[in-house]
Amino acid sequence: MLTLQYVPHSEIKNLSSGDKVNKLLNLVKEDKIVLVEGRLRPMEETELIQRTMEGISKSFKGIELCTVYPDVKRERPLDKFTRTVASAITGVKSGLTVIGPATVIKEIKRDPNKIQLLTTNGLNRRRSYKIIKKRKR
Amino acid sequence: MIKKVKGFFKGLFSIFKKKKHIKLGLYGPPNAGKTTLANKISMDWLGEEVGKVSKIPHETREIQVKERIEIKGKGGRSISFNLIDTPGIATRIDYEDFLKFKMNKSEAKKRAKEATKGVIEAIKWLDNMDCVVVVLDAILNPYSQVNLTIIGNLAAREIPVLVVGNKIDLKKAKVKNIESAFPQYKVVGLSAEKGINMEEFYEALFEVIG
Repeated sequence: MLTLQYVPHSEIKNLSSGDKVNKLLNLVKEDKIVLVEGRLRPMEETELIQRTMEGISKSFKGIELCTVYPDVKRERPLDKFTRTVASAITGVKSGLTVIGPATVIKEIKRDPNKIQLLTTNGLNRRRSYKIIKKRKR
Repeated sequence: MIKKVKGFFKGLFSIFKKKKHIKLGLYGPPNAGKTTLANKISMDWLGEEVGKVSKIPHETREIQVKERIEIKGKGGRSISFNLIDTPGIATRIDYEDFLKFKMNKSEAKKRAKEATKGVIEAIKWLDNMDCVVVVLDAILNPYSQVNLTIIGNLAAREIPVLVVGNKIDLKKAKVKNIESAFPQYKVVGLSAEKGINMEEFYEALFEVIG
């Protein structure tokens, strides 16, 4: 069985970077695929990788990580303004971060508009789940 | 008069600036060809190699430094740097992956353990870099999270970046994909192994380092 756990921004916004990374990593180590509202900061992403490497063991082989966010290059000025204001008020960086254990997620394929999770089941067959980002008109 | 004095000091400082040895790091995912490129640069200008290369991922598991490489460009320009070849950054390391390369279990486990330490070292060294060449495999999808994380970190640290699409000698290589993934950076397609497009690479390095 595949477990997806959603972590809203409100749950991690007051945590230090270290605590945030620990919390997410502990969930992943429980074999859950974690969907985090918003994006991690670049330094938090590297801290996540560092902590992951420190924790590699017989049962924990690492993580697969992927972030989707709005295509700001194609964004209209008004949309950009709205997003920036909303982000400043709520503190949420728009986007979604997906983190899963390497033993469950074989690969995350990503292009600008969709991410594809390739998972392994008990029979070592691949399953594919797509999260498709809505294209802006 | 003030302008002349300012200009004099600016010129003086720029002389010192040019003489300074910068730290040029090679970063990227495993097997992108970082050490092959390091070897090519070092062979071109020093006549000696930096490290061993292999088709097995995580061949470079420790930071390798080649000091005082001086490259010369058009118009008598030159830059001097310490070249830092780093282990490939990955989010997963499984010793079983190494068994496919006819490695025994204990060797594979040892390699995996060293590789995890290498990734940590490579990340720690990010803070020491003055300029970074991000080496990507031009036959692979450039939108991998490791690539985005490396480049995002360099941008956050305001470190100048040159992106290299390596292995352009292979038919499936698509440098344009890398260019569209990272439009804000100068991208150079090359083959470090075959020595293709190295002149353009060195010129781009002058542009990025300034």
